[in-house]
Amino acid sequence: MKKSPKIALIGNPNAGKSSLFNSLTGLRQKTGNFPGVTMDKLIGKWKLEKGDDASILDLPGIYSIYPKSVDEQVVINILANPEHPDYPDLAIVVADASNLKRNLLLFSQVRDLGIPTVLALNMIDVAESQGIVINSVKLARELNVEVAEVNAKKGIGLNGLRLSVNKTLESGFNSNDSLPMDYSVEMVEEVKEKYGDTDDYHALLWLSEHDNLAQFTVQQRVEFDKIQEKYHWNTQHAQSKETMARYAQLNEIVDNCLHEMPVEEEPVNTWTDRLDKIFLHRFWGYFIFLGILFIMFQAIFTWATYPSDLIDNGIANLNDYLKTNLPPTKLTDLLTDGLIAGIGGVLVFIPQIAFLFLFISMLEETGYMSRVMFIMDKLMRRFGLNGKSVVPLISGVACAVPAIMSTRSIGSWKDRLITIMVTPLMSCSARLPIYTVLIALVVPEKSTLFGVFNLQGVALFAMYLLGFFMALLSAWVMKIIMKVKEKSYFIMELPSYKSPKFSHVLLTILNSTKAFVFEAGKIIVAISIVLWVLASYGPGDSMQRAEIQVKTQHPTLSGIELTNKISSQKLENSYAGYFGKLIEPAIKPLGYDWKIGIALITSFAAREVFVGTMSTIYSLGGEANEENSTVMKRMRAEINPATGKPMYDMALGFSLMIFYAFAMQCMSTLAVTYRETKSWKYPTIQFVYMTALAYISAFVVYQLLK
Amino acid sequence: MKTIADLKIGERGIIVNFIDEGLSLKLLEMGCLPGTQVTMTHIAPFGDPIAVKVSGYILSMRKDEAATIIIA
Repeated sequence: MKKSPKIALIGNPNAGKSSLFNSLTGLRQKTGNFPGVTMDKLIGKWKLEKGDDASILDLPGIYSIYPKSVDEQVVINILANPEHPDYPDLAIVVADASNLKRNLLLFSQVRDLGIPTVLALNMIDVAESQGIVINSVKLARELNVEVAEVNAKKGIGLNGLRLSVNKTLESGFNSNDSLPMDYSVEMVEEVKEKYGDTDDYHALLWLSEHDNLAQFTVQQRVEFDKIQEKYHWNTQHAQSKETMARYAQLNEIVDNCLHEMPVEEEPVNTWTDRLDKIFLHRFWGYFIFLGILFIMFQAIFTWATYPSDLIDNGIANLNDYLKTNLPPTKLTDLLTDGLIAGIGGVLVFIPQIAFLFLFISMLEETGYMSRVMFIMDKLMRRFGLNGKSVVPLISGVACAVPAIMSTRSIGSWKDRLITIMVTPLMSCSARLPIYTVLIALVVPEKSTLFGVFNLQGVALFAMYLLGFFMALLSAWVMKIIMKVKEKSYFIMELPSYKSPKFSHVLLTILNSTKAFVFEAGKIIVAISIVLWVLASYGPGDSMQRAEIQVKTQHPTLSGIELTNKISSQKLENSYAGYFGKLIEPAIKPLGYDWKIGIALITSFAAREVFVGTMSTIYSLGGEANEENSTVMKRMRAEINPATGKPMYDMALGFSLMIFYAFAMQCMSTLAVTYRETKSWKYPTIQFVYMTALAYISAFVVYQLLK
Repeated sequence: MKTIADLKIGERGIIVNFIDEGLSLKLLEMGCLPGTQVTMTHIAPFGDPIAVKVSGYILSMRKDEAATIIIA
């Protein structure tokens, strides 16, 4: 037996695959990336025998081996390529017993690929409650594989599964004797001759799906097309016929092994029926959805601030401690102001991201999310989006990176692309501190709307709505511009409602947060360091001259005031200050000066550095705990040299907020757009259109309010 | 010619054939086989999409997709 066998979990969506994965591996799992795609892959360890761990790979749910969406493609790219590093030694196909026939279709395809396969029969209790009794011993005999009955959610039957897996691994048995389809042997031989020896089913899969398989070059794909032509191979026709033939075979098997107890005509009023009456209701459906969104926002923006503040203060205290206890060298500065500040900038987002994934994974685990897609599809379609775009748009409120990754389930390329393009317009959590600071500056705190609503709160809510409506508007424009005649479809299962298992929800939160911290974290930290270098060094000896200049001009100053004056003068003469002055003419019409220019430049890498840059620019020392209040005081005290009035008035404040709401200022998002669309064209368009939108809107707002 | 799109809530039909070959593979994979019974269970608030009960579970699709499935 091979050391550490690779086992893949395969199954229909909602068959309980992820539950089984969590039950098998518990906390012994880690996320990784599939080579070439950003799809998070989950690998866990499962103890098979003494001292022998199998690595378990959790694959996205699929209905057949013929992919219809990007997450399905990921699975096929592994299964079609025996050379793939993730190609399994054994597949556990998880099947929902209450819907056996459809689940067995995928099973029969995987088995015919020649992968040793074990069938894990899940949700037997659900089947039995519907009066369906399955003879799994007979089923094993008919299908010629090991069958294990499991309850994935409760973790029952895992020993039986382990036994089946061990048996199958030892024998290496696979039972693909004859394929239920007609094909020309000559054609298959030609495929094998050109692309390497394999079994017939792999050869046919390559021939049919070569355009979706990363293992083939463009030249090879052209060759495949020629073979298809030569033998008059019609992929669609062949796959339809194969599917029918498989169902015909399975029908017989299922009829033999499945006993249906007579239940009353309609199993009236199951929980799912009752809940759907409310959740899909023309009024209550939307009302409840809005209510859930409201609670989610509350959680992300109110409850999450407590742990965020704790992290923020902790980092600030750590920095203070290091600054006072380490020798005051450049290296210390780099460590504290560059590296640790950068890491802190990532860590403060953890509570928000965790709350977001808490909600999203609960909504998905319970089956509610597909109801939201169902009631939103018609509305979203008017704007060139899709019912499935709702999830990315909601996730975009926390962070566009995981949001864009979640578009993979959207089957239509056009809908998916538009969703990717507009998702960054949703106000993400990085914009929140910017809105907070600017609203506090320009919107009077005491005012209320109709005497009830706090005007600052209203302004904040308006910024979020603005982002959402701009996303819809942009999607609508793109729908008109893009002339792709592609049929989008919306054929999906509405799973029955299930109560979420808390440990599984926690695992999802843990994995997603980890992925965010390490993916986005790397970039944010790198940018913080670059920013620190740019702000700390200047061309030639300009930095030293700045210091001398301050000292000669203000001989009376001393202590903290002197340091502040010097660092401010230094900043003006640093590379960052130089760049700020360079773009000043371009941003003048929006009401910005070179100082804001520096913040804009640094924000193009990641907008979360705005507040930090502002506090650097307005030269603040010490007291990092009150950073926000002090940066606000400084900004409030700033005088516009042209008018002699406060710099941060209504016009500038809103102009800046609008700019930050629309501008594409996030390298991580551009990077993920690139990886998801596999082309630089789309991140470029995204960058240009969003920045243009930001510039024009900010210009209009400033000129109107001025 | 009657299709799934013509069903009212609670009405049923037996799948006979498909109009759109491209869609038919997806529908077949989802368990919509000729000879299978379908029951209309939900119609979304704005009349589209719809959901049917087929092969023991609820499947949702848009109205124009439902209109490619001929029933008797």
